[in-house]
Amino acid sequence: MKHFLTILSHEVRMLLVNPATYVAAVIFLSLMGFVFTDILEIFSKAPQDTSPADVFFKQFYLPVLFIVPLLTMKCLAEERRLGTMETLLTTPVTTTEVVVGKYGAAYVLYMTLWAATGGFFWILKSFAGDSRLLDPGPMIGGYLFIGVSGLLFIAIGVLASAVCRTQAVAGILCFAMLFALIFGGSYLGAATWLRTDVMHPVKSAVDYAQVLHHYEDFTRGVIDFRQLLFYFSSTVLALLFSILAVEAKLLHN
Amino acid sequence: MILSEQNKPAIEVSHLVKTFAGVTAVNDVSFTVEKGEIIGFLGPNGAGKSTTMRMLTGYMPATSGSISICGYPVATQSEEIKRRVGYMPENNPLPEDMRISEYLYYRGRLKEIPRSKLGSRIDEVLEVCDLKRVRHRIIGQLSKGYRQRIGIAEAILAEPPVIIMDEPTIGLYPHQIIIVRDLIASLRGRMTVIISSHILPEIEMTCDRVLIINQGRVVAQGTPATLRREILGHVRYEMVIAGDFGRLSEVLSRVYPNLSIAVPEDIDSLGFKEVVVTTDNDDELGEVLLKVLIEGGYRVRSLNRQRPTLEDVFLAATRRSWDVIDKK
Repeated sequence: MKHFLTILSHEVRMLLVNPATYVAAVIFLSLMGFVFTDILEIFSKAPQDTSPADVFFKQFYLPVLFIVPLLTMKCLAEERRLGTMETLLTTPVTTTEVVVGKYGAAYVLYMTLWAATGGFFWILKSFAGDSRLLDPGPMIGGYLFIGVSGLLFIAIGVLASAVCRTQAVAGILCFAMLFALIFGGSYLGAATWLRTDVMHPVKSAVDYAQVLHHYEDFTRGVIDFRQLLFYFSSTVLALLFSILAVEAKLLHN
Repeated sequence: MILSEQNKPAIEVSHLVKTFAGVTAVNDVSFTVEKGEIIGFLGPNGAGKSTTMRMLTGYMPATSGSISICGYPVATQSEEIKRRVGYMPENNPLPEDMRISEYLYYRGRLKEIPRSKLGSRIDEVLEVCDLKRVRHRIIGQLSKGYRQRIGIAEAILAEPPVIIMDEPTIGLYPHQIIIVRDLIASLRGRMTVIISSHILPEIEMTCDRVLIINQGRVVAQGTPATLRREILGHVRYEMVIAGDFGRLSEVLSRVYPNLSIAVPEDIDSLGFKEVVVTTDNDDELGEVLLKVLIEGGYRVRSLNRQRPTLEDVFLAATRRSWDVIDKK
């Protein structure tokens, strides 16, 4: 892994000099800003049971569905289309280093964007000064959930980019997979045909992979080791498939 | 280890085969390249040049056969191979949004050049490739000639013992081709170079040896001079003469019995015709031919022995290989 840092720093650099990154950041922050002011308006009208942070992080799927494809669709598909994959893989770097390096760069940027939303809470604190609005529990839980689930979301984006030749297709595939992961679970969880005894193993597997439930647990302060394991193992699996996809395309191009 | 590496030929390829979904792109190719040699790779489109080169770099695995570079087998020790090969792929893909010096720095780090040496090495290759003035320009804004030279600079950056370049002069202007040719020639003796090209005079000028490949097979290899002799097997004399063309074959057969004479129909106003004499005799016959022609009462305007170009060799070799394939 001695080239990992070279590739990571190069990729982060390239993301930082790319105007598209700033466009994505502006869109992300204004979207989340609107969501946040909306929440504050609701809270100013009537007292609520939950804290603003809880409601705010509940909307995590909005940016995930749009920003993750934007950040990741380019990483491997573009290299393959331009042919620079060939020059990259004929240097003493392994496919693993390339995939993990690009994954790391996208994750760093994703987390930087989310970290910027911390500014919203800072503004709220300095202007409202109402300690009831700033419950640290859901906030820490929320950021932790974003950090852990982000590992998997970005890995899915990298996988989509690894199997596609064009970035547009990679982006759409990534969107579809993320949508299925986030909402498919609750849809299947509610399905009656899964409630039979025969389907019980499937049902328990589906319940285990409910991203929206995981979110609720995290903000309530329940950090379940099984859920962490779910995200870490799926991330590793998605990255392994990405590496295999890149290598398979070398064999059959 | 180092000792054995020094004695081994730079590249050894034996019985290399590559098939794609039932189509054989490279079929039983074997060749050896000694250290410091410059080898030209010639072949029509789809002959398997790029595929062979990709297999040499370890980028693409071979279906069967073996390649070893500096004594290391590509199949099992591709890490060692990648440290010893500088490769410039076809069409020379480059990132659009980087500056030249940044790109070379990144590539240098990937190629494991120590940070302390990298700066001076980049200056060196920029100097060699005449890129110093544009080192801070963004690659996407540069013309083809510059991009091609960036590819070459990148290939020689880590000073690898073996350099493989796929069509390094494609799309260049003549004066840029000369720069690239001189650049490649300057590597002679220090590095082993394989280049593919479709410009034959190019190959002839820079390369010590030529390898002609068609339909995935090596159809001819050797120095340009040996190829001429082996593939063409005949010598042509062109002469512009006037006189009695009916007697010509009789007169000329006194020189050498096995001559084939082509007398064209068209004749110029002074009665001269352009006659082509072909023979399998490799000796210099010009003087004797001139003598018998004058003794036979012919008026001679010119007589010259044609030097077949590599182009003729290439055409003959590929045609011959088509014949072999058609017969099967």
